[in-house]
Amino acid sequence: MRVVKTGIAGTLESSDVMITVSENTSTGINIELHSIVEKQFGKQIRKVIKEKMEELDISDATVSVNDKGALDCTICARLEAATYRAAGIKHVRWEEK
Amino acid sequence: MEKLRRTMLYVPGNNAGMVKDAHIYRSDSVMFDLEDSVSLSEKDSARLLIFNALKTLDYEGIETVVRINGLDTPFGVDDIKAMVRAQPDIIRIPKADSADDIKAVEVLIEKEEKLAGLKVGTIKLMAAIEGPLGVLNAYSIATASKRMIGLAIGAEDYVTNMKTKRSPGGVEILFARSQIVTAARAAGIYALDTVYSDVNNEEGFLEEVRLIKQLGFDGKSVISPRQIAPVHKIYTPSQKDIDFALRVIEVIKEANEKGSGVISLDGKMVDKPIVDRAERVIAMAKASGIQFDEEDDK
Repeated sequence: MRVVKTGIAGTLESSDVMITVSENTSTGINIELHSIVEKQFGKQIRKVIKEKMEELDISDATVSVNDKGALDCTICARLEAATYRAAGIKHVRWEEK
Repeated sequence: MEKLRRTMLYVPGNNAGMVKDAHIYRSDSVMFDLEDSVSLSEKDSARLLIFNALKTLDYEGIETVVRINGLDTPFGVDDIKAMVRAQPDIIRIPKADSADDIKAVEVLIEKEEKLAGLKVGTIKLMAAIEGPLGVLNAYSIATASKRMIGLAIGAEDYVTNMKTKRSPGGVEILFARSQIVTAARAAGIYALDTVYSDVNNEEGFLEEVRLIKQLGFDGKSVISPRQIAPVHKIYTPSQKDIDFALRVIEVIKEANEKGSGVISLDGKMVDKPIVDRAERVIAMAKASGIQFDEEDDK
């Protein structure tokens, strides 16, 4: 999968996260993290995002995260939705899950 | 013990906070909605949210239901592919008009179960009847698949289709309710009533719950955690009902031991329907968490 445009998913409500995935000017996964729980969970959130991008086979992207205390599973869901949108792909490959 | 389905808490599928906390209010079931509460532009994101939640979170034994989009929309097939792999207990089919609507979903579920290497038949189905055609076809819908566990009525769409609107007494949906509960009983599955949307009208809500219980419904869809406890209270048998039921069971036991035919209790005849009702009261009380002295209820 390749990021070809900007994709956004999620909300700024409590327990949710808004994630923007866009093309990267450099290489690698560049994470911009703003979280109300960054001091305690910042490292874990970055780890979750890196692992999910690896699973989605994305090596170059900027991931902007505005977290309002989302669970890991919510972060994964919003990241995946934003990434599919950024890749311009409408249907998730459920067969691979 | 009989599975209780007194309350099914409606949870908008794209609301991360509500999805996370859905089980803490202890409704009998939670229903994650991918249909009407999710805007067209967020269907993909809501589907992923519910998929990840069901794969990850422990809902502590609360029955999980997902209302999918209809197969007449661009979202229904993806909903089925995702939810078969997420494994909720039940998939709820909206706007069911005929047995074919159920069979079409069943075919897709079975195909996806096989592709995913899952045991065929695990996910159960329930159907919401929301239009006049569905009401007329209620029994064939209820019996369309072995997976079917319940029928629900969706009143808002129904009254719109009937060119009327909802009223406090609900006379406009009396026929639909009666038809659906009768069809469900004939098919041996559950019957669930529609939502009551005026959350602040507590008395109106209680009246409606008493009515649907009297009609024979097993429970009701609820849209607020505040509506859960009142429904459970109304559905829990009273001590008077329990005491009478225990006495019925006692006298019928004595009569059977003596080989008597018809017997009476407090001057009234006790026959099979009375005994069946008494057994149901005891089962319902037990399922509601009421403790019994085992000697008393045998």
